Amino acid sequence: METSIWRALFYLVGIMAFAGLNAAYLGWCERKGAARIQRRIGPCEAGYAGLWQPLADGLKLLSKQLLVPQGVDGIIFRVAPVLAMIPAITSMVVIPFSDNIGARAMELSVLLLFALASIGMIAILLGGWASGNKYAIISAARSVSQNLAYEIPMLITVITVVMISGSMNLREIALDQQGGFWHWNIFRLENGHFLTMWISFIIFFICSVAETNRAPFDMAEAESELVAGFMTEYGSMGFGLFMMGEYLNIVVGACLTATLFLGGWDCPFGLTPGVWWFLIKIYILIFTFIWIRWTYPRTQIYRLLNLSWKILIPFSLVNLLITAALIKVF
Amino acid sequence: MTVPIHLRHDETFVLNLGPQHPATHGVLRVKLTMDGEYIVKAEPVLGYIHRMHEKMAECGTFAQFMPNTARMDYLHALAFNHGWALVVEKAAGIEVPERAEYIRVITVELNRIASHLLWWAAFLLDLGGFTPLLYAFDDREKIIDLLERVTGSRLTYCYMRFGGVYNDIDEEFITGTRDFIKRLRGRMPRLYHDLVTHNIILIKRIKDIGIISAEQCRRYGATGPVARGSGINYDIRKNEPYSVYPEFDFDVPVFDEGDSMARYMVRMHEMEQSMRIIEQALDKLPDGPVMGKSPKVLKPEAGYYYSAVETARGSLGHRLVCDGGKNPYKLKLRSPTFSNLSLYGEVAEGMLLADALAFMGSLDLVIPEIDR
Amino acid sequence: MDMREKIRVALAELFPESAPLVHLEGEGDQEVPPRESGVLVTDFTKHGSHLDVLCRPDQVVPVAHIMDREGFFLEAIAGVDWLDKQQFEVLYDYNRLGGEHCRVMVRTRVPRNEPVVPTISAIFPAADWHERETFDFYGIHFQDHPNLIRILLPEDADFHPLCKDYMP
Repeated sequence: METSIWRALFYLVGIMAFAGLNAAYLGWCERKGAARIQRRIGPCEAGYAGLWQPLADGLKLLSKQLLVPQGVDGIIFRVAPVLAMIPAITSMVVIPFSDNIGARAMELSVLLLFALASIGMIAILLGGWASGNKYAIISAARSVSQNLAYEIPMLITVITVVMISGSMNLREIALDQQGGFWHWNIFRLENGHFLTMWISFIIFFICSVAETNRAPFDMAEAESELVAGFMTEYGSMGFGLFMMGEYLNIVVGACLTATLFLGGWDCPFGLTPGVWWFLIKIYILIFTFIWIRWTYPRTQIYRLLNLSWKILIPFSLVNLLITAALIKVF
Repeated sequence: MTVPIHLRHDETFVLNLGPQHPATHGVLRVKLTMDGEYIVKAEPVLGYIHRMHEKMAECGTFAQFMPNTARMDYLHALAFNHGWALVVEKAAGIEVPERAEYIRVITVELNRIASHLLWWAAFLLDLGGFTPLLYAFDDREKIIDLLERVTGSRLTYCYMRFGGVYNDIDEEFITGTRDFIKRLRGRMPRLYHDLVTHNIILIKRIKDIGIISAEQCRRYGATGPVARGSGINYDIRKNEPYSVYPEFDFDVPVFDEGDSMARYMVRMHEMEQSMRIIEQALDKLPDGPVMGKSPKVLKPEAGYYYSAVETARGSLGHRLVCDGGKNPYKLKLRSPTFSNLSLYGEVAEGMLLADALAFMGSLDLVIPEIDR
Repeated sequence: MDMREKIRVALAELFPESAPLVHLEGEGDQEVPPRESGVLVTDFTKHGSHLDVLCRPDQVVPVAHIMDREGFFLEAIAGVDWLDKQQFEVLYDYNRLGGEHCRVMVRTRVPRNEPVVPTISAIFPAADWHERETFDFYGIHFQDHPNLIRILLPEDADFHPLCKDYMP
């Protein structure tokens, strides 16, 4: 691995650009997608098909006064939004976009990603607590219990993938799945893994939706109950950073799903692989996130936690045992 | 899910579901004493949109109060118009021609469908499903366009007069209404029932939430879909018929469970029954004048008069006390939502915050009607 | 009328000395006999209620008990200000939810300078808010009410707007 300064600079700029563009334009995608599902048009005034809308929103957010209410914990209140963005951008360091595009291929990439996701969770908790608003505290408490509950089945399903591929290095997991969709982890045809891997995929997908606080699991920002949840007291760029952090978490979740289960940069039909296949996969997954959000109402907090503790964790544990048995046998 | 609560006062905190809140439909403040996510005590605080309509009734003549009636429950304004027209016609002995009665029924039932559509949309918005709002408003827009043709207003109608209605309906209204009914009947199964009513998340969210027993309904005076969702078969259009309702063949949906799901189903079925009434009324519409004879200056006999109509939210009563003058001496508006909301304090104890909001949504509150 | 007769007979026990009961059905301007208290049968199509009961303030609670026993519900409580007679009147409307329809209006008069009426909120919790509203608008005090504070006007208002001599 070369350690030239140019490579570092290229990836730094590249990742920041990718993160920034996605955070901004995923908002546009969501608004357009929501609008079409609801039989409206969505943003169409700012530029052709509303493409300048995210820039307009960004400018607006930057030009607003950053209101810090009296009675909040000064430092934590200002640090929390920044802390929400940092893990999301940093996670992109280890994601393999293609065979030769990937900032770092660490041996423990999977572990790093989950550690960073927990920091994101702390950011929400800090933001809610520092606001000094009862609604925000309720929302932060709900969010922490939800994130905690859904990290566990997520980790267990990832362990099944790691066991099959034999490595925690995301690049190697992706390399293991090259050669067409029948090699992908979701369909894993050899050794009888096809019985269990699709269950892993579904559990992992549900957990990603819950981890990123998206509907139908968006108790933390339940608009109609808690006004805006932990984000109630934040205005202008504080709010902007939280929203960008949320969208980037979605991108990272989609990237992780694509790498672990859908073969990373592999072409489904065994033809030339490349970074565009990776991008197509993550954007299809992101579209599914948006689609689900605008179709279903919200669940209740105890049903959400029941789903995780009483249904997903037992299923994923059984899944893990069967996978381990299959590896041992074959 | 409710749990019995026995706590000291310093183990709880007070959360203010303030007058400005996305889920309280209007300016309602609810003082919630909470233990974590559970509600220990819920106390609605009213009066944020109190405009003293009863005093306005005393200061003006009978006819001058007609525009006020629409401002109270703006979602079912025509029923409020109808109630006021009925009580004054009763007091002054004014006859209403048949065609006017049919037109009154058609427009009131169309308005009832519009009100239930908006309730459905707002209820789902509270629960987090944003999309059904747009679908319901699409249908509601058609109703409002139809009613605008005949009444001139889109929301706060002042259409009825003592003795009939002031504007006749034309052929385009009749064909437009028939087309609308056909369209809504076509959309109901897929967009309303498949997407929402049979949605597992919605069912889990509102089944067995906010159970009101029939005895509680009686003691608090709850009427309308709230009572019909608890097994009480009481609809003023059937039990105490007024206008030309006896001529129509329609059912009154009653569900026994008493939870939010029952109230939801009552309103969905009521929309279908309203469509039946409208179709029958359009078929039987007679010719004739739309305005009966009424004196220029109305001076009803002194006495105590009462009339009740069935609005989308329950039984609206007008208690009128006349002293022979040209102003009402006293008008008491018995608003259905006022009585429906009074049982909130008792039923919401021990509920989770999210469930309490779902329960509030299922009661179909319109705060200007409570506050008058 | 079965239910109307039944209630009339049940309530008439409270008024042993009442004026003779007069039927006011059909047309014709029959003079309503002046009465201190008693049960009057009224024309439903003209007045909207089946019975008109005029009682003393202390009889309000027994009447409410009888109504509750027979399965009625409290529809509304209203106040009326008779300035020329210097009296406040409190009107109670009772109705039935289902079954045979019968609407009963119960009225009671209190002197204007000392308006005190016992509360019926122990029997009908619906009365809680209705009585608060009547207190808010007229200043009529309901004895033993659990929480007699203003409901619609601001808490610090010091006037009762529906009184006929109220000047804003």
